[in-house]
Order: sequence, then C-alpha cells, then structure tokens
Amino acid sequence: MDFTLSSLLRRKGKNGALLAVYTLIVFLLASVLFFTHALRQEAALVLRDSPEIIVQRTLTGRYAPIPVAYGDRIRGIRGVISVRPRLWGYYYDANFLANYTLVVPGDNPPKQGTIGIGAGISRMREAFEGDTVGFTGFDGKPRSFTIGSILSDESQLVSADLILISEPDYRSLSGIPSGFATDLVLKVKNPKEFTTIAEKITRLLPDTRPIVRNEILRTYDALFNWRAGVIIVIFGVAALAFVIFAWDKATGLSAEERKEIGILKAIGWETSDILLMKFWEGLAISLTAFFVGIALAYGHVFFTSSILFVPVLKGWSTLYPEFRLVPFVDFGHLAAIFFLTVVPYTITTIIPSWRAATIDPDAVMR
Amino acid sequence: MALRNSTLFLSGTAALFLLFIAMLGHSVYARTAALPVLDRKAELVRTLELTDLCLFTEASYTRHLAMTDLNTPFQDAPFSFEHFPTGALVSPPERLVRSHGQRN
Repeated sequence: MDFTLSSLLRRKGKNGALLAVYTLIVFLLASVLFFTHALRQEAALVLRDSPEIIVQRTLTGRYAPIPVAYGDRIRGIRGVISVRPRLWGYYYDANFLANYTLVVPGDNPPKQGTIGIGAGISRMREAFEGDTVGFTGFDGKPRSFTIGSILSDESQLVSADLILISEPDYRSLSGIPSGFATDLVLKVKNPKEFTTIAEKITRLLPDTRPIVRNEILRTYDALFNWRAGVIIVIFGVAALAFVIFAWDKATGLSAEERKEIGILKAIGWETSDILLMKFWEGLAISLTAFFVGIALAYGHVFFTSSILFVPVLKGWSTLYPEFRLVPFVDFGHLAAIFFLTVVPYTITTIIPSWRAATIDPDAVMR
Repeated sequence: MALRNSTLFLSGTAALFLLFIAMLGHSVYARTAALPVLDRKAELVRTLELTDLCLFTEASYTRHLAMTDLNTPFQDAPFSFEHFPTGALVSPPERLVRSHGQRN
C-alpha cells in the first residue's frame, strides 16, 4: 500500500485533479438525491392531512369560481360527510414584484380589517405585527389591513407566502361575489371511497374537476423525479463525466505507468501483485472521493439549506421560503452512489493494468 | 520519525468513515427531534386546508403544483412556451399525465 500511495503521489497533479472532479461528481449527485428525498419525505408527512377531496370548476379548460350551490348537490352523494366552500387566490404585489397566496381560514379567521401573514412576506416587506399594509383591490381601489399575526418561521415551507384574511375582506379584494367560492372541500366517511365519489361528482357535475388527497401526495412523491427537467440534465452530466473517467482509465495507461509496471515485473513482481497495487490505487481515489463527496453534500443540503440550489429554486420569484430540511437519508441512495461510482472506477483501473501486466516486461519497457 | 504514507491514508480513511457514521447518526437523531415541528406543520396544513408546499412563488402552477392544469403553464397563446424557470424543475401531476397521455 505504501508503494501504491507513493506511486499516486508521484503524479500529484493528475491524481489530485482526478480526485477533485470525482469528489465534485459524487457531491453533486448526493446533493440532488439528499435534497429531493428529504423534500419528498417532508411533503408526505406534512401534507398527510390536506383536504380529502377538492372540487374545482373549469370553464374551457380554465379555473372558474364554483357556485356554492354545487355543494348541496354533492352533499347528496352517499358517503360524503361535509362540503365546505374554500376561498383562496393569488395577489400580485407590483411594488415588491411578489405573488402572495390569499387564504380564508375555515376556523378562526382574522377579524375584518386584520390579516395574518407568512414569515416570508414579513421578511421581504419588513412588516411586523401591528403594521398596516395596503393592497389594491380588483376595482383598482386601495384597501389597508393591519397585521394581526405572523405565521411561525418554522412553517415557511408551507406558509411563507400566505396571507390569512377574513371572508368579507377577501370578497371585497378579489371581487368574487357571494354565492361563489374558489373550490369546495369535501370530507368523506371512508377513504376507500375517494375515487368512487370523485367519479360520481364528475358524472353529476361535468364541469367540475375533483382532486383527491392521494393525487396531491403522489404529485409530491414524484417531485423532482429523475425525469423532470433540470434533474435529468444534472444526472446526464454526472453520468457523462463518469463515462469519460472510466473511458480514460479503461483505454489504457500512460507510457510512464506502463514503464512502471514493466520495471516491477522485471524485478520480480507477480501479475497478481500489480493488480493488487492497482486495486488499492483505484480504491484509494474512489473511496476518498465517495466519503468526502457524501459528507460535503450532507453539509450542503442539511446545514447550509442547499445554498447552491437556491438560485435554481428561486427562479424569478422575489418571495421565497427559507427552510432547513429534516435530514431524511435513504440508505438505498447511498448504496446506489457507492455502487455506481466506487465499484466501476476501481474495476476500470484494474483492467488496463492487467493487460499491461500480462505482457512481457521487456516489451512493455521498450 | 515521519509517518508512513499508508498510516496517513488509513487514518484519513478511518476518520472519513467515522464522519460518515456520525452523519448517519445525526440524520437519525435530527429526524426524531424534528417530529414535533413536522406535526405542527401538518396541523397548519389541516386547519388552513392547504394542498401544496410553498417551494416556488413565481408561477401559480408551480406554487400549487397539485392543483394545476395543463393550460396555465402555456398561458393563452397557442404554441407559446412555458417560460417560468421553475417549470423546468418539476413534472406535472400524475393525474394530468394520466388523463392526457403517457409521458414516455
């Protein structure tokens, strides 16, 4: 092993660069896998109590406010316990170039003239409890509200952009008339009947679109799926870089390395000794890259809140949540990174050396 | 006396392995410690009847990913491109894909 390490150190520049790039690939792959897995796990836990069935109305493929009277017809379907109109929507703040989500809470809504805001809005606007903020209504007239509460900082992943508002204020701001709601929220007796009830609703009210809770959870389970946009590009680049590595190694050794093998054979080393040396060489580089890359990725995702991914996640938005993910680590992902990087690299290091080591030392050194 | 290369390498690898084990230990500990926070977030989702994570706020169809439809990302113009950067990060909900053809 001492000889192997000395041999590696003799080509410090080349092996150092190799180790750095290799570590970077492992770091990138592990960061993406840690981030996406942790986010999916958190979504599954946090959204487990989201509404059971939501009924939206669509007109020519677009959302439209739903008549509250639709609820009475849906209530007649066997198995439906309750139907409640839900009021929510968006507000674009032209001064801060930010989109907010307006929500009218079903329980304990704020008093008229008062709003609750998410921690993200509070941070961006530097607005705090007791301050007054103004919004422009659908009719172009300004309306002012007093901030009654700020939603907890720890819940930013679900509430950073929320504005909790009373029903009269919401209707006055958005222009949605009474008798209409954004959508309807259903409670159902038996979770196994979600799909059947959704089908009955579509038959009863063909201009509606039911969304069941399982679909919400599945949406987030497939979030940042490997086939989704940028993710496939990252995986593609990493795979390509790795193929170049492996190709470089598998297609042959440098003249210096061949000469070294020839000398070792000439002084009495067996082919197996040389293969063992090359095995250690491959393992030293790949194992170091694997451990360092994984540790850096863990720190990046769970201690720095994925600082390198933030510009990508922000897009063009000026309002974004600040959150620290819970470190859900999938052992399967770690094993996959190990077997996709360490094992093939180590093998591709041995193959050309075996070819060189089985040739006559005299021919190799010439 | 100078340390042998192999001693340095094995010590370094052992240290990295210990760091790896510590990372796994931290993951298990932090997960348990975060359960109350996750419960509070789930309670907020339940009381406010929320459906989505607030990951992206630039476009309605990525802000409320589970509620989106196939038209919104392409606005009103036929043949127009979906132009918000976060639209390149996420896939449409399975429900839409299922009802409008296969992805692969």
